[in-house]
Amino acid sequence: MDFGFRLSPSSAVDLDKVNLALYDRLAELDPGIRTCIGCGSCSATCTSSAYSGMSVRKVLLALQRGRMQDVEKMLSNCMLCGKCTMVCPRGINTRRLILNACRLYDNVEEEV
Amino acid sequence: MEYIAVIGGGIAGMETAAQLKALGLEPVLIERTEALGGHVASWHCLFPDLSPADKLIKDLKSRLEGVEIQLGTEVASLNPLRKGYSLVLSNGKVYPCRAIVFATGFTQFPAERKEEYGYGIYDHVITNHDLEGWFNGNGDSRVPEAPKAIGFVHCVGSRDIKAGNSQCSKVCCITAIKQAIEMKERFPKAEVYCFYMDLRLFGKKYEDFYIRAQRDCNIHFIRGRVSEVAETIDGRVQVKAEDTLSGRPVRVPLDLLVLMAGIVCNPDNKKLSDAVSMPLDDDGFFHSWNNVVDITRSDRPGVFLAGACTGAKTVPEALAEARSAALNVYQYLKGSK
Ligand SMILES: Cc1cc2nc3c(=O)[nH]c(=O)nc-3n(C[C@H](O)[C@H](O)[C@H](O)COP(=O)(O)OP(=O)(O)OC[C@H]3O[C@@H](n4cnc5c(N)ncnc54)[C@H](O)[C@@H]3O)c2cc1C
Ligand code: SF4
Ligand code: SF4
Ligand code: SF4
Repeated sequence: MDFGFRLSPSSAVDLDKVNLALYDRLAELDPGIRTCIGCGSCSATCTSSAYSGMSVRKVLLALQRGRMQDVEKMLSNCMLCGKCTMVCPRGINTRRLILNACRLYDNVEEEV
Repeated sequence: MEYIAVIGGGIAGMETAAQLKALGLEPVLIERTEALGGHVASWHCLFPDLSPADKLIKDLKSRLEGVEIQLGTEVASLNPLRKGYSLVLSNGKVYPCRAIVFATGFTQFPAERKEEYGYGIYDHVITNHDLEGWFNGNGDSRVPEAPKAIGFVHCVGSRDIKAGNSQCSKVCCITAIKQAIEMKERFPKAEVYCFYMDLRLFGKKYEDFYIRAQRDCNIHFIRGRVSEVAETIDGRVQVKAEDTLSGRPVRVPLDLLVLMAGIVCNPDNKKLSDAVSMPLDDDGFFHSWNNVVDITRSDRPGVFLAGACTGAKTVPEALAEARSAALNVYQYLKGSK
């Protein structure tokens, strides 16, 4: 039936339905990642960010919102230079986070 | 005569001494430098009312009549007596004291330690402290005559584990807003930017001050921590940050960059707390007996604390604590007669 309009799917983030498997696994390996305050120092200083959209801040957010495709896309643009680790005010080992995420990514994907 | 030692002649020490005198006790006020007033004596006007700092210091001084004041001297030793302490000063004076109030305040984070911000390296990078001096008429060649763009960097040496200080300095967000408003009033054509991670404006009238900065002064608030600063070929300063709300990198050349250097402990606290066998907090500030019930009491009977020596404080907080510490001394002496 044609009502003359369509309903778009809701863009709301259903926090109770988000898949946090990878984020929780990463936080087990390094609880420090939970202390991110989203300040953007890592992205501002990133050698790749301006050209590729890589951003540790966005990776951490995407992990917490279950947006796994965004995570994968961003991680593939990291050059592992470690500049982000130098500027993080919370002292998060962001470079290790990226490595751990790459290592775990495939395993967790299979489980869910 | 038996004295009450008040160590530190900033606003907290001055107010404590004045109150003790009013309560009929004999304070001796000890200040390391040659002048009373502490940090506030270097400020121009105070948030949130833009009231003049020198007037506050003058008023506090006028209430110290009859108080024994020792300037330009430090504590050489504090030796426990049967009741109280024997206070020996570096100028050789000795005072028997029944109680002690520490009011040694804070020190400012040395901004040159955050090398990536270029303090002491680039020509137009100053601190919040330097800017207050400039407001007070001290010439500063780093401040250009007609700046077109001015930036404020929040949280310099605060909330920064790598800088060795994970605490929020509490007063620098509102100080940045105050200084941004003052700069905009002096240079109405300039664009003024504040780079922040979170805005922490907790005090009475502070949010109104923020609204004034937004609505009346058109100050731009950019939510992103500055990661580094560079100098451009024409001698301006280029700031690198992420505008986290749009998720994009921002770059902006500025004619003046002001670093909001944070509040850290006074290193003297260690020697003083050792002298009375008292622990310090792990951030180097004095340890209060109870952070909720009474911040001006220490774990040690007869030793009290006032102002920024226990952590970042605003002026009204430091003054209120001074009054509380004086009352605590009074009650303590009454109880131990
Ligand atoms: C840039 C900036 C701007 C600010 N602006 C405002 C504002 O507008 N409004 C507001 O409410 N608050 C403001 N504040 C906060 C304000 O400065 C503090 O609340 C105030 O200085 C606390 O007073 P105090 O006496 O506890 O410490 P201090 O001001 O640090 O004074 C301590 C005193 O003790 C002396 N001393 C230290 N060690 C010893 C020792 N061992 N022996 C003897 N003497 C010693 C010092 O020389 C000093 O005189 C600002 C802070 C900063 C950093
Ligand atoms: S390690 Fe990766 S994310 Fe971090 S600054 Fe380098 S390229 Fe950017
Ligand atoms: S620099 Fe650290 S705290 Fe800031 S957004 Fe990046 S990971 Fe989070
Ligand atoms: S008051 Fe504001 S600028 Fe100062 S440390 Fe706290 S958040 Fe940072």
